[in-house]
Amino acid sequence: MTVNDVSQPKVKKRGWWPTLKKNVARDKYLLLLVALPVLYYIIFHYFPLYGMQIAFKRYSPGRGIWGSQWVGFKWFRQFFGSYFAGRLIRNVLLLNIYNLLWGFPLPIIFALLLNEVKHAAFKRVVQTISYMPHFISVVVVVGMVFSFLSVNNGIVNVFLEHLGIEPINFMSEPRWFRTIYIASGVWQSFGWGSIIYLAALSGIDTEQYEAAKIDGANRFQQIVHITIPGILPTVIILLILQCGRMMSVGYEKIILMYNTATYEVADVISTYVYRNGILGGEFSFSTAVDLFNNVCNCILLVAINWFSRKVSDISLW
Amino acid sequence: MKMTKDRTMSFLFDGLIILFMLLIVVICLYPLLYVLSMSISDPLAAARREVWLFPKGFSLSSYEIIFENQQVWTSYYNTIYYTVFGTIINVIMTIMLAYPLSRRTFFLRHPISMMVTFTMFFGGGLIPSFILINNLGMYNTRWAILIPGAVSAYNMIIAKTFFQGIPESLIESAKLDGATDLRVLFSIVFPLSMPIISVLILYYAVGHWNSYFPALLYLNDAALQPLQLYLRRILIENTGELSSDMAISVDKSLAAMQLKYSIIIVSTLPILCIYPFLQKYFVKGVMIGAIK
Repeated sequence: MTVNDVSQPKVKKRGWWPTLKKNVARDKYLLLLVALPVLYYIIFHYFPLYGMQIAFKRYSPGRGIWGSQWVGFKWFRQFFGSYFAGRLIRNVLLLNIYNLLWGFPLPIIFALLLNEVKHAAFKRVVQTISYMPHFISVVVVVGMVFSFLSVNNGIVNVFLEHLGIEPINFMSEPRWFRTIYIASGVWQSFGWGSIIYLAALSGIDTEQYEAAKIDGANRFQQIVHITIPGILPTVIILLILQCGRMMSVGYEKIILMYNTATYEVADVISTYVYRNGILGGEFSFSTAVDLFNNVCNCILLVAINWFSRKVSDISLW
Repeated sequence: MKMTKDRTMSFLFDGLIILFMLLIVVICLYPLLYVLSMSISDPLAAARREVWLFPKGFSLSSYEIIFENQQVWTSYYNTIYYTVFGTIINVIMTIMLAYPLSRRTFFLRHPISMMVTFTMFFGGGLIPSFILINNLGMYNTRWAILIPGAVSAYNMIIAKTFFQGIPESLIESAKLDGATDLRVLFSIVFPLSMPIISVLILYYAVGHWNSYFPALLYLNDAALQPLQLYLRRILIENTGELSSDMAISVDKSLAAMQLKYSIIIVSTLPILCIYPFLQKYFVKGVMIGAIK
């Protein structure tokens, strides 16, 4: 430090207060704009973080968040001591693994094949139609699933009847839940999910294909040696993101789909939190379970990112 | 020899791809086409399970029942209300945050960016938010739908990325001419930002139209509930509140089934008619989001 002081010409150093005043004066309109959103973030995103302390307390609405009594790790012990902990974690992981197996590759395959369609208008029409399910609300999708799979008049069971198969009560059979959940999810999201790959595909230099053709490469060789390497970075980034979400599941859909008959395979941490917390009123216990889930998600994302930076130089931040 | 073999293979490949694409089209369209056909078929034909693809006979009786129902109108009105006002709040708040954060010289840029990004990775969770909304007195008011999701960090980043693409020199020269930051926003940034504002409007509006969960948490009063919550009662919980108005000419449960199909069409058709025309904006949003 002292060396620097000697070697450099003396700059008039300001204190932090004049600097701040100068900055505020210069950016006053930006501050004016940002004030309301920042206030929003403090109230609606940071205040709940403060409220999260009830995971270590016995929350009573009368005493408030601060005044409630500390109980340490009681709720965490209660959760991990119960039979639910294992079941919920297993269900979350299995739903995510099946989703990774089906929901992840299908948009890529669809994008690769769509990229091979020569007819531009046909391509555009298929693309538009494939986005459609994305715009249907989750309530309607689940509603359609219920109607189509209904034991009485659902079209699937009518069809099975024609084949001489006994009607199946799909929605209350635990062994069907995961299939239905994943299949309806894939139906809803594969087209939309392919957009990002199509964007990556359109970024591949066409000269590479020309060069490959001159070298005598056929269509399959072009796909394997040019197209697939061209979208690989995108694929890896999305795979990392997906793996970082292994412990979370879209519970808005599960809440619509499950019932007491399918809890054993359908119940996940967030639905359990919703049931016990919002419906059951066990605020502290559910907050503890939710906090455990949040911490898992966070650790997972950081770990996966660290891993991918080590092996492939690709990272999210 | 090799050339002709390659050419026939390529031809075969093209044929297979077209077949595959047709299959995709059928998979995407069939469920909705079936729903539409069932909803406008003759109720008896629908009940006799004669409808597979195209409507049998023609009847709009189930639509009549739906449009005579007061609760349908109320919840439709509520959905439009939340979509319009919610989106206005969303877009204004998102720009108010994204524009300052896009300015490289803004002295609080990094702390505020960090503050927003952190919430994408770690949040307080369901219960603390629920307690907060209750303590703020928002329970069972329209505010509970409009305010808690006012800014989506993801959409804010899309907007910020777009604003950063506006040449700094343009802003600098305006400031040299004495324009304030507000003036820069309104006369330079806005006119150049119509694509991103369209993306924000569309993303937020579709989100509001299709969401049910905040309403399930915070709205107990049927007079305030949006369409999606009403759909949940009809389609999933099977309350039968619609079909009770139905004439008893056909079996009640079958009539209820046709009503379900009709109400799916009534609630979904507006978005399905609009999205193909706005597709390029949606796609643009995904692309900008992908860069980040």
